[in-house]
Amino acid sequence: MKTYNYGTAILAAFEHLLDKYPEVFVIGQGLWSPWYVGNSMTDLDKKYGVHRIIDTPVSESACTGAAVGASLSGMRPIVVHPRIDFMLYAMDAVVNQAAKWSHMVGGQAHPAVTIRGIINRGGEQGAQHSQALHSWFAHIPGLRVVMPSTVADARDLLIASVLCNDPVMYIDDRWLYSQTDDLPDVEEIDLRTVGPRCLAAGTDLSIVASGYSTLLAMKARDQLAAQGVSAEVVDLRVLNPFDPTPVVESVRKTGRMLAVDGSWRTCGMSAEIIASVVEHLAPGELRAAPRRITLPDAPAPSSRVLEKIYYPDVDQVAFAAQASMAR
Amino acid sequence: MDQVTALVARQFLCSMLRIRIAENRLAEARRDGLIGGPVHLGVGQEAIAVGVSASLRPTDRIFGAHRSHSHLLALSSSVHGLFAEVLGKDTGHSRGMGGSMHLWDQTKGFYGSVPIVAGTVALAVGAGLAAKLQKTGDVAVAYLGDGAVEEGVVHESLNLARIQNIPVIFVVENNLFASHMHISIRQPSDATARFAVANDIPARVIDGNDVIAVAESAKDAVIRARQGGGPSFIEAVTYRWYGHVDWRDDIDVGVNRSQDDVANWKARDPIARLRAAMVAQGHWSAAKDADLEATLNREMEEAWERAMQDPYPAESALLDRVYAK
Repeated sequence: MKTYNYGTAILAAFEHLLDKYPEVFVIGQGLWSPWYVGNSMTDLDKKYGVHRIIDTPVSESACTGAAVGASLSGMRPIVVHPRIDFMLYAMDAVVNQAAKWSHMVGGQAHPAVTIRGIINRGGEQGAQHSQALHSWFAHIPGLRVVMPSTVADARDLLIASVLCNDPVMYIDDRWLYSQTDDLPDVEEIDLRTVGPRCLAAGTDLSIVASGYSTLLAMKARDQLAAQGVSAEVVDLRVLNPFDPTPVVESVRKTGRMLAVDGSWRTCGMSAEIIASVVEHLAPGELRAAPRRITLPDAPAPSSRVLEKIYYPDVDQVAFAAQASMAR
Repeated sequence: MDQVTALVARQFLCSMLRIRIAENRLAEARRDGLIGGPVHLGVGQEAIAVGVSASLRPTDRIFGAHRSHSHLLALSSSVHGLFAEVLGKDTGHSRGMGGSMHLWDQTKGFYGSVPIVAGTVALAVGAGLAAKLQKTGDVAVAYLGDGAVEEGVVHESLNLARIQNIPVIFVVENNLFASHMHISIRQPSDATARFAVANDIPARVIDGNDVIAVAESAKDAVIRARQGGGPSFIEAVTYRWYGHVDWRDDIDVGVNRSQDDVANWKARDPIARLRAAMVAQGHWSAAKDADLEATLNREMEEAWERAMQDPYPAESALLDRVYAK
């Protein structure tokens, strides 16, 4: 066992991949600079060379497209976007090209590209430095969307994403980087077998979340336990293709559900979670109306006063859970 | 014209004529309602793909766009595969999942074409980057049109290709039109090669209806790329005889496109020009020409009939091909 934080777990995944697979290379902005990607890529350029760790011009679109093209040519590229907001320039390469390629060419070629988009918000950065767009990406057939919330998943799901033959959007959140855990040696897993997982068992209520929202859910679970409520936390991990079965099983057991999601409300992942559960349960199986906590439908503010009410916090999650219990 | 050149010229003629006949066949079938989806025809532009392909090998990585039947067929890809694809049949190059606008035959080096304008340009750069990392000496080719250079990603791609010294050849087929819009009302200059100059990439502007000129330029660019010299840019000026999509002339929807213009450009037919040069030098004759055309017509007829009889994809294909198996 070795102790990692979320960031160094990602670094360990990069090292595993670059050591073992010559077809892996990394391309994106800020890869030769220490402050773009936290501690998650430190010194990779020095260890593996600038030909494999390619820091690029300010060209999200071409660099992402180039990674897609390289992935069709026997490589397994990882594109790094230090902030998801800037990645919007690359949407043609992701949505029109990578996600549709297999289908368009009759399943005869597959872009084995991983696109790492980092959520990097808070700190009064405002509307264009704060977005979490996983719900949007999860809407696209052909694009796998991975959101690790734990230190183990940060490492193991990055490796699984890169070894997967499909295009994968791997989304990590800087607010998760301080978590620590002891991990065993890497064991490679097949991303196609990974889905939502019960992270902590409970009997009264299911809290369903992904990424940083899962961390909020786990903290709220502790708070609720002290108040005599036993909450189960289900971590989505893979948002697309979405397998609702473990979520449905959890809610069937507890009879109550709270979806917590760090993206917007309208057409967001929280809606998909609730709809998927409701359509799989009989009318009598729910003991309370499903609830959800999301961002308000507004761009991220800059002012600290507004920022404080914009992002969901642990108290809010615990309060909503208690409200479900009261029904 | 020596014997070797005569042989090459004959291959060029055959390849161009094969593409011409195949595309005219598609035009008729589309007009007659046998093809359900749009076909973007490149009749009149055959010299470019044929000239470029002469220097390519099956391990190279070629990417096309919406008007790419010629790019595919010039690589000796099967006409039957194209016809079946356009008809949405399971035996098509893309298993009937792509149609005319999403062509694929990687066995011949054709990595794919898509209708999003400039959608594959960065992909070609990446395929070239892969070749550089793999040290195979292979090159990538991005076919694009004069409309595509108006897309931002092309400029990013040129810059990236140059700064990373990537073995990629940008082949601009400048046919003066993007859909219905003439280049004079879209750009301040009609020479797209200016963008290569701006990115310090060697560029040539050539007569795209002269297959020998295209082949010579492409050969230089491919050799340069294989030897580690990085990207090149070829602007081949040409004209499409049909309109933007399907079989019509588009002289009514086009801006600055008249029947006179079409007629003038037809007088510069790349096939007729090559044929005349070969005849003038005693390497070709009307009889040989008739033989070739008859052979190709037979090939097309067989391919078409077979494609018409072929099965459509199974319904399971709808969901089975979204992700890799």
